Amino acid sequence: MLSEIPLSYFLVVSTLMFFIGIYGFLTRRNLITILMAVELILNSVNINFVAFNRYLFPDQLEGHFFSLFIIAVAAAEAAVAIAIIISVYRRYSNIDVERVDTMKF
Amino acid sequence: MSIHELMFYLFSGMILLFSVLTVTSRRILRAAVYLLFVLVSTAGIYFMLNYQFLAAVQLTLYAGGIVVLIIFSILLTSHISQKFEPIGVKKMVFSALAVAAGALLSIMAILDYGFDTVVTTSQNPDMELIGTSLLSYEKNGYVLPFEVISVLLLAAMVASIVIAKKEKSK
Amino acid sequence: MIDFSFTILIPLIPFILFLLLGLTSGKMKPVLSGYIGTLGLSVVTVLSYFTAYQYFFNREAGAGVFEKIIPFHTVWIHLTEKLHVDLGILLDPISVMMLVVITTVSLMVHIYSMGYMKGDKGYSRFYAFLSLFSFSMLGLVVAPNIFQMYIFWELVGVSSYLLISYYYEKPSAVSAGKKAFIVTRFADLGFLVGILTLSYISGTFDFVSLTDPQGALITQGTSLTFMGISALTWALTLIFMGGAGKSAMFPLHIWLPDAMEGPTPVSALIHAATMVVAGVYLVARLFPLYYFVAPDALTIVAYVGGFTSLFAAVIACTQTDIKRVLAFSTMSQIGYMMLALGVSGYGGEHGLGYMASMFHLFTHAMFKALLFLGAGAIIHAVHTNNMNEMGGLRKYLPITHITFLIACLTISGIPPFSGFFSKDEILVAAFESNRFLFFVEYAVAGITAFYMFRLYFNVFWGKSTHYHHTPHESPFTMTVPLMVLALASMFTGFIPFNDLVTSNGEAFTLHTNWSVAIPSVLIGMAGIALAWVFYKKETAIPDQLATTLSSPYKWSFNKFYIDEVYLFVTKKIIFDRVSEPIAWFDRHVVDASMNRIAWVTNLASDQIKGLQSGQLQKYGFVFISGVIILTFAFVYFLFN
Repeated sequence: MLSEIPLSYFLVVSTLMFFIGIYGFLTRRNLITILMAVELILNSVNINFVAFNRYLFPDQLEGHFFSLFIIAVAAAEAAVAIAIIISVYRRYSNIDVERVDTMKF
Repeated sequence: MSIHELMFYLFSGMILLFSVLTVTSRRILRAAVYLLFVLVSTAGIYFMLNYQFLAAVQLTLYAGGIVVLIIFSILLTSHISQKFEPIGVKKMVFSALAVAAGALLSIMAILDYGFDTVVTTSQNPDMELIGTSLLSYEKNGYVLPFEVISVLLLAAMVASIVIAKKEKSK
Repeated sequence: MIDFSFTILIPLIPFILFLLLGLTSGKMKPVLSGYIGTLGLSVVTVLSYFTAYQYFFNREAGAGVFEKIIPFHTVWIHLTEKLHVDLGILLDPISVMMLVVITTVSLMVHIYSMGYMKGDKGYSRFYAFLSLFSFSMLGLVVAPNIFQMYIFWELVGVSSYLLISYYYEKPSAVSAGKKAFIVTRFADLGFLVGILTLSYISGTFDFVSLTDPQGALITQGTSLTFMGISALTWALTLIFMGGAGKSAMFPLHIWLPDAMEGPTPVSALIHAATMVVAGVYLVARLFPLYYFVAPDALTIVAYVGGFTSLFAAVIACTQTDIKRVLAFSTMSQIGYMMLALGVSGYGGEHGLGYMASMFHLFTHAMFKALLFLGAGAIIHAVHTNNMNEMGGLRKYLPITHITFLIACLTISGIPPFSGFFSKDEILVAAFESNRFLFFVEYAVAGITAFYMFRLYFNVFWGKSTHYHHTPHESPFTMTVPLMVLALASMFTGFIPFNDLVTSNGEAFTLHTNWSVAIPSVLIGMAGIALAWVFYKKETAIPDQLATTLSSPYKWSFNKFYIDEVYLFVTKKIIFDRVSEPIAWFDRHVVDASMNRIAWVTNLASDQIKGLQSGQLQKYGFVFISGVIILTFAFVYFLFN
């Protein structure tokens, strides 16, 4: 059954995923890949919520709904981010974070 | 090894493998496809935990919606054949070090902490419960965040139209 | 007694005109703005005449003393129970008389300017400023308290400044405007200190309670002294300093000759008839105070007036710019008025000097405005101010010639023109109280007649000069005001001022003192005769005289070097010795230390600004490393 797998295994997986996302966030230069890294981070958090809900408070649905709302927020975020990316691309003809520097020192 | 464990290791392995590929692949479209695999595997984990509704949402919204959106924007902004320049070694090493240290710390903390697990029944919450909870304003009701999220989605929709709209040529 | 509250319109209409013309300047057709300004001012003139008629002649039978009426009054700034600044209107004989003077001259100038300023590019602006000036001057004379008077006093100064530097493209006009503003402003400093002292002692700004002969201030005075002299004397002397600045009394007179850079109608209105008599008006307004509590200050007024009248008359004899001659003549005549106030007593016949001063103010406004407008017509015709380039103009400018002659006769005190009556009263008043000043004024009367007719003969007779264009008579709009003012100069002498404008409001009977009047007329005649001999035909006498008396001539021609003295004091002493070191200190010590601080900050920010690269991923890296390091530190310290 499920109890055969300890809770901490899920958490380890999500932690690794989280840090892989951060690694992507730090190293990638293309705006879209950064966005993908952020999606990874959000997803890892979702796994945490769900696992906690299932293992610690199985009678309630808090974690479940949190995940649900995070997915919705992620969708909104992705939509706006992609709109921004397209608008940036239109102005600079590329979406490299290091080259979009009009307002930078 | 039970079927559960097998499934867990399978999905975890896929998640980790494809996550790493997502952030390291030098072809952007491939990275997007790897992200899709990660998300699908996550949905698998939800299924395994018996949250079918959430898993369905994950599949349709994340895998079906967001990834498709990302792929579209990739097609709009990049050449498919283009490969990224390799990352500078210094940057890669420092980032990897920081990330590894962070991961190590967190995992140690997690393994160190004894969770008081109470897994008794692994009931799948039925749709009726989810629906009434979402629209309930009693205890454990989520009508307020539900409404807020709907406004947020509307705002995001309007905002993305406004931002991405072509400026009038001067 | 009728309700006088309509008088609020008298200052208000010009103000509205100013806003209207000022805001629409450049959008409205210039001619239209001229008509609007003139029309508005004629309404004000009618109102003023109506007020004067109602006030002076339509009284209840048997009313002895002219009351002070306050038809409108409002508290403007309420500071404490005792200290509040009010706005209002005060009608008493002198303010009503001033209303008539100002509106008459102003209306004439408005009409005249329609011809004189025709085609000028700042035509609307000119009318807007004229309205502003009329507003300020009317507000000044009706002020029921000294603070309102001060406000309008400054407004008058501003409008005078604006009008003097009206031709702002001409450097001399700009500097003349600045000079006038700075000199009068400096004098107003004294005025302000005087006001503050006076109100500190009396606890009120109100003219009615300040000048009430039975009031607390006059009966009790003050025990405060400063340097052994009563504080009230100080206050009143300082207030007179303000008046002397506006009225161009020696030694604060230096701005008036330069103010002639403004358009001639402006000189007629502001620098001859109205604004420059504000100082006289101020002293007259506070006259009971001067008389009862500070006779010393009044003596100063008398001597300053007497000296200025002589001083200016001497200078006027050698000037060649016709407007400057008139400017010095104005100073001289205002000196007369000041002197008359200075030697006057209070109440009934003792107040002869007061009455004479106001009388002379009235007649002087008429004939001096006439002289200036006539000079304007001459300048308009021959395009020069220099009388040496003129001559024989009587053939070309008949109307101007006749009116100018009338004005010259008036100012020389030839009967039956108005100047004779008012000047005679002044001489009588001086005769009765101060013989020394009386003889000075006799001399001035002769000099006045001489220099006025020197001007007259030089311009209208003398050599017949060849002109580039044949001079022609001015248009209708300019000659009509000349004729109106000429009539006024001829007949205003018959106004019974002794019944109307007196120091305490009581009428008194006037006795003509023939022993004073006849010699004064003779002296005037002598002056005219001398001028006839010198200047009627082109002769060598003036030049010879100038060579013989070369040093006095030079002193007079250079206005006794007063300007140079001022320049020496301000430039050599104040600027070079005081301001220069302070400026050096400011630049090299104060500024430099601030600059050094700024430089260090700049350097430091240059060094560290690289950290704020704007590179999101760098920030993210630092943030995450920071979190991890902190966590490690916490874990390490907590569990060891």
